[in-house]
Amino acid sequence: MSTAVRCGGPGRSGTVVAMIEVNELTKRYGRRTVVDRLDFTVRPGHVTGFLGPNGAGKSTTLRMVLGLNAPTSGAATVDGRDFRGLPRGLREVGALLDAGDVHGGRTGGAHLRALALGNAIPRRRVDEVLAEVGLADAAGRRIGGYSLGMKQRLGIAGALLGDPPVLLFDEPLNGLDPEGVLWVRGLFRRLAAEGRTVFVSSHMMAEMEHTADRLIVIGRGRLIADESLGEFAARAGRTGVAVRAAEPERLTAVLRAAGATVRPGPDGSLDVTGLDPGRIGELALEQRLLLYGLTERGASLEEAFMQLTADSVEYLAGEPR
Amino acid sequence: MNARTPVRRARFGDLLAAEWLKFWSLRSIPWVLALGALAVLAANLRTAQYTHDHYLPGEGDPVVMKQVALNGSFDTASADILMLLAGSLGAIVIAGEYGTGLIRTTLAAVPDRRAVLLAKAAVLTAVLTGFGIVSAGGSFGLTQAVLADRGIGQSITDPTALRYVAAAALFAPVCGLVGLCLGTLLRHSAGAVVGTVVVLFFLPSLVTERYRWSADLLHALPFAAWQRLARTTLAGMRPTEYPATVAGSWTTYAAWALASVVLATVVIQRRDH
Repeated sequence: MSTAVRCGGPGRSGTVVAMIEVNELTKRYGRRTVVDRLDFTVRPGHVTGFLGPNGAGKSTTLRMVLGLNAPTSGAATVDGRDFRGLPRGLREVGALLDAGDVHGGRTGGAHLRALALGNAIPRRRVDEVLAEVGLADAAGRRIGGYSLGMKQRLGIAGALLGDPPVLLFDEPLNGLDPEGVLWVRGLFRRLAAEGRTVFVSSHMMAEMEHTADRLIVIGRGRLIADESLGEFAARAGRTGVAVRAAEPERLTAVLRAAGATVRPGPDGSLDVTGLDPGRIGELALEQRLLLYGLTERGASLEEAFMQLTADSVEYLAGEPR
Repeated sequence: MNARTPVRRARFGDLLAAEWLKFWSLRSIPWVLALGALAVLAANLRTAQYTHDHYLPGEGDPVVMKQVALNGSFDTASADILMLLAGSLGAIVIAGEYGTGLIRTTLAAVPDRRAVLLAKAAVLTAVLTGFGIVSAGGSFGLTQAVLADRGIGQSITDPTALRYVAAAALFAPVCGLVGLCLGTLLRHSAGAVVGTVVVLFFLPSLVTERYRWSADLLHALPFAAWQRLARTTLAGMRPTEYPATVAGSWTTYAAWALASVVLATVVIQRRDH
């Protein structure tokens, strides 16, 4: 059963390509720009990770995609349409923004039944998604008594209710136990394999490493990277050099003058990128600086991500534009 | 996934069903309504009993006694209870969604915000009208039965008695919609309840009927409108130069209900969530 038939409403062609398209999207609160001319496309058939440090504008972007927040300028569309103009949402986009966006006084079952009723989704489907997320036994209990992991599962159940071609998840792994994390990863991959668009935000690269096959990285509301996990890994392949020196301050100045990026590493060593170990050794010799250690190492994806986002922050703060 | 889920276009009725379920699936709500109705009944039975014990048959102007008998069925204390309960309930129905964050889940599922708010308002109106009919109507039946053996018990078939009960019953949804509006504006349960109390309860006591303009202002407030509608005769009242009219008071009810829904709809439509 294809997404096209399942979700094809009136006025749509047979081959539905339910993409999320973000075009020059900008959101300002007063003078603060939270999302800054963001441009990207999220395509079906992949799990796309949406990465950025805390406060990068990920949640605001997702809320604009869902029509909860109005863009200051630009547009976010799903399947070419503005979400705010749709009468009902669950069959178009399933979303979990925050597992806490529920009323603790209701039972999990009542919460899902109310969502289903409003979208004309049959009652049977509620039992299906409850079973799918493993909450069938907890459906009659009040949400206030759920753990964070159970609330995440309930939120995922709500996102799956309408069997939608597009799914959005904001930090869905928070509070899940290791078994839950594995289950969610498997679920996301399966949803993508079914031809759906799966867009998952996180501030942790490590979470995305085993989940996403494409990455959209933002920092301070701006697009930093939009590429496959493979391309991103290639960036991470850039090696860094750990240097231990007798006079780290002087060496830092020398290496920076030679164009390297130098950061203080653990136990007093220096983390140098942009110069190979041979060149670092030569520079130290020229300046008569004593080196104790010179170790080449590959950066992890996590480090590549940190570096990428840190660069963007430095770039924004330091460079006159 | 599967093909078993047939697709039917969702209608407004589906939203009504959803909001109806949401309303009743909070455990405290049936209790609040039941206790509120009991409080109204108890307060009025006490008043009726007092009238019963102190009324000497044949005493007083029959027109005034009719008013006294009706007051036994729904006194000012009951109106206060009804006002606080209905107003708070209306405020909490929406402010509770904002306070918990549920509003985002609700609006992501139903992007048509106007429809969400209208469905909420419709369910609230239906529930509170029912609540008003049960508590004011029930109270009328019981208290007039108490007063019957004094010969002043009124019948609901009497147009003025019917108006008396209708004014009390409909006071509940009017107050509820005012609460709903303030809950939408303030988004905070406690704040919205306080705001509702201020608007419904304190505002009328700050306005005098002495001048034309302030009398007009007073008569445009829901509580004063209820007071006028509950007044079957102006005999025995302190005379006022600018009395409120019955038609004007019904209009006040309608205007507050309508304006509350319109304002809440406009606000929810424009706001970021």
